[in-house]
Amino acid sequence: MMSPAHYLFLSLALFLIGSIGVITRRNVIVVLMSIELILNAVNINLVAFSRIFGDVAGQVFALFIIADAAAEAAVGLGIIIAFFRNRETVLADEMDLLKW
Amino acid sequence: MTPSGYFLAHLWLIPLFPLITAALMLLIGRLLPKAAVSSLCVGSVFLSFVHAAGAVLELLALPSGNRVFQQVLFEWITPGVMPTAVGLTSFVADWGYLLDPLSAVMVLVVTGVGFLIHVYSIGYMGHEGGYYRFFGYLNLFMFSMLTLVLANNLLLLFVGWEGVGLCSYLLIGFYFLKKSASDAGKKAFIVNRVGDTGFLLGIFLIATTFGTIRFTSQGLGDPVAFSGILQALGAMVHQDPSLYGAPVFTAIALLLFLGATGKSAQLPLYVWLPDAMEGPTPVSALIHAATMVTAGVYMVARMNAVYQLAPFAMDVVATVGALTAIYAATIALVQTDIKKVLAYSTISQLGYMFLALGVGAFAAGIFHLMTHAFFKALLFLGAGSVIHSLSGEQDLRKMGGLWNTVPATSRPFLIATLAIAGMPPLAGFFSKDEILGRAFGRAAMVDRYLALWIVGLITAGLTAFYMFRLLFLAFFGLSRVSPEAEHHIHESPKTMTIPLMILAALSIVGGWFALPALWGEESSFEKFLEPVLSGVIPETAAVKFAHHTLLTEYFLMAASVSIAILGFGLAYNLYLKHPQLHSKVSAAWPRLHNLLIHKYYVDEIYDALFVNRIKDLSTAFALFDAKVIDGLGVDGSAWLTRLLSRISMWWDKWVVDGLVNFVGKFTQFLSHPIRMFQTGLFSSYAMWILIGLAILLGYYSHHMEVLVRNLR
Repeated sequence: MMSPAHYLFLSLALFLIGSIGVITRRNVIVVLMSIELILNAVNINLVAFSRIFGDVAGQVFALFIIADAAAEAAVGLGIIIAFFRNRETVLADEMDLLKW
Repeated sequence: MTPSGYFLAHLWLIPLFPLITAALMLLIGRLLPKAAVSSLCVGSVFLSFVHAAGAVLELLALPSGNRVFQQVLFEWITPGVMPTAVGLTSFVADWGYLLDPLSAVMVLVVTGVGFLIHVYSIGYMGHEGGYYRFFGYLNLFMFSMLTLVLANNLLLLFVGWEGVGLCSYLLIGFYFLKKSASDAGKKAFIVNRVGDTGFLLGIFLIATTFGTIRFTSQGLGDPVAFSGILQALGAMVHQDPSLYGAPVFTAIALLLFLGATGKSAQLPLYVWLPDAMEGPTPVSALIHAATMVTAGVYMVARMNAVYQLAPFAMDVVATVGALTAIYAATIALVQTDIKKVLAYSTISQLGYMFLALGVGAFAAGIFHLMTHAFFKALLFLGAGSVIHSLSGEQDLRKMGGLWNTVPATSRPFLIATLAIAGMPPLAGFFSKDEILGRAFGRAAMVDRYLALWIVGLITAGLTAFYMFRLLFLAFFGLSRVSPEAEHHIHESPKTMTIPLMILAALSIVGGWFALPALWGEESSFEKFLEPVLSGVIPETAAVKFAHHTLLTEYFLMAASVSIAILGFGLAYNLYLKHPQLHSKVSAAWPRLHNLLIHKYYVDEIYDALFVNRIKDLSTAFALFDAKVIDGLGVDGSAWLTRLLSRISMWWDKWVVDGLVNFVGKFTQFLSHPIRMFQTGLFSSYAMWILIGLAILLGYYSHHMEVLVRNLR
């Protein structure tokens, strides 16, 4: 029998995998993919709690986040392409223009 | 105002004609042909002469007490309230002309002699450059001189006075490429400044004493609305007869006389006139013999009312005049430049005029002024004609024997010489005799005037001597003319000789106005001038002349004629009969001769006393300027500014900027640790976010425990 905690642990695992991906990977495209993992961890969380509390609003939120993730991926890829055109690289450690 | 004819009503035209042509000449004269220049300029002076003659004739038609015509063209200096000795007065100066017997004589002499000299100049200046410039200046001079003699107030007279001074300066320096000529012009101008200072102060003193500078209010209609010096003076003396000889009158008279000594070349300001001979000869004749230099005499005669109330000033005038007369005559004895002799002669004759004014014989002074204008203009023009004939030779030692080579010049010259020497019945005899007679008449009343008479008499002898010396050296004896000049000797053109003849005629008849004086009566000339020259003197203090008996009159005449003949005889013996004798005489008194040749060293003394001292002062000022103003002032302030800006720069750099930099550096130093977090790498930011999240989660972990327990 799957208890809510299982879902939460799955979600936590996905979140950690995504977070570690965001922090450690140099390729920005992979970082974007890791963000997708994090968003999906959130979705799982939302759906799980929706079941736990018997409230359907959580699932509606999950649908919004899927749409949001699509939009975010489109914007993110656009930025990456624009950046590539300027610097001919997609490596995160070469994107350091925001520092002092 | 009496009804007047055309010429009186158009009095203002007299000075205007020459002014117009002067303006034409000086503006566009360069473009005009010579014939146009001469006809315009001579024509305008002729028109002035005609108008002057007409105006004088119309004036003569009036009854003698009424012969004052005033014409105010416009208010020149508009009324302004001024505190004066007679209370607050409204000071006003007109541009107005006054024709009375005195200015009538002057205006006729100026336009008449002026016209003849203009005609003469056509011939004399015919070959000179700057023909239009010469005539432009000459016309400007005529305008100024006519303004001077026709002015109805002292300030306008002063305008004319300065105008003739300017023209004198311009014409003396006419050959301005010659250094001596331009120097002479400057000398004349500067020496005259000294006198003019006195004149101007005198005018100021008159304005503050009488509250007006108009000569007279007669002829102006309403005597209340217009005030005049004569009327103000009359009122003052009438109120308080003890004012006779008051210091203020003496001061005014002496200040004005200082102006007269400058313009009329009297001691001690005469030094410019001999140098003024650098100008063209017609200029010497017109300005420096006949007209301008007599302006001082005219002015003193014009102000006779003041002088008559200042007996001390009268004595000064008479003494200066007599001293100048004999002083200049002695210098003229030995000069070798024909024009220099005539220049010193002019100074001497002007001295005579002042002697006459000083003893109170104003009419005699003006009379001599007129006759002198005739014969001295003739002498200068004759000398100019000789110089012209000899291609510019002025040295008497290089002349001689010209009597028959230039007859049209030599005959009039002889007449002028006789006239100035005082031979009867020529003009100079009457006027000189009149002056000496008046001086003697005063001497009979007051002993101290006897010396003046004796000086005057001796001067008459000296005059005859140096004039005949000049005549003999120039026209008689053997020719000493240099060969090249000899070759070119020619009689002067008609334009030059005809004026000579007219002036010769005037030199003969010019004195006949005074014929009645021969019989001890008032001459018609004196009667004519009497209304102007009677002054406002109280009856008790009036100048008295001893009434000469017929015998005294003949004695005086005999004295002056015989001393003139003595002078003639001496000159005849020394220069004509025994031509070598005069050098022996001068060799016998080498020191005296040297002193006279060097004109008593007055120029040298003035140089040492004044000119060089002023130059020293200028040098000192220049040094002060260079060392103190430039050195200390300008350079010093620049140095100080540089020093201050250096300090300021140091302060700015190290203190002001240092403070700013310190704030920046300090902030940078403080921000250093914080800056370390901002790597610009988003992965590191993400890591910090996660670390923050972990910390938050750790902090709220006990809530988590509750949550997890509930979930179970």
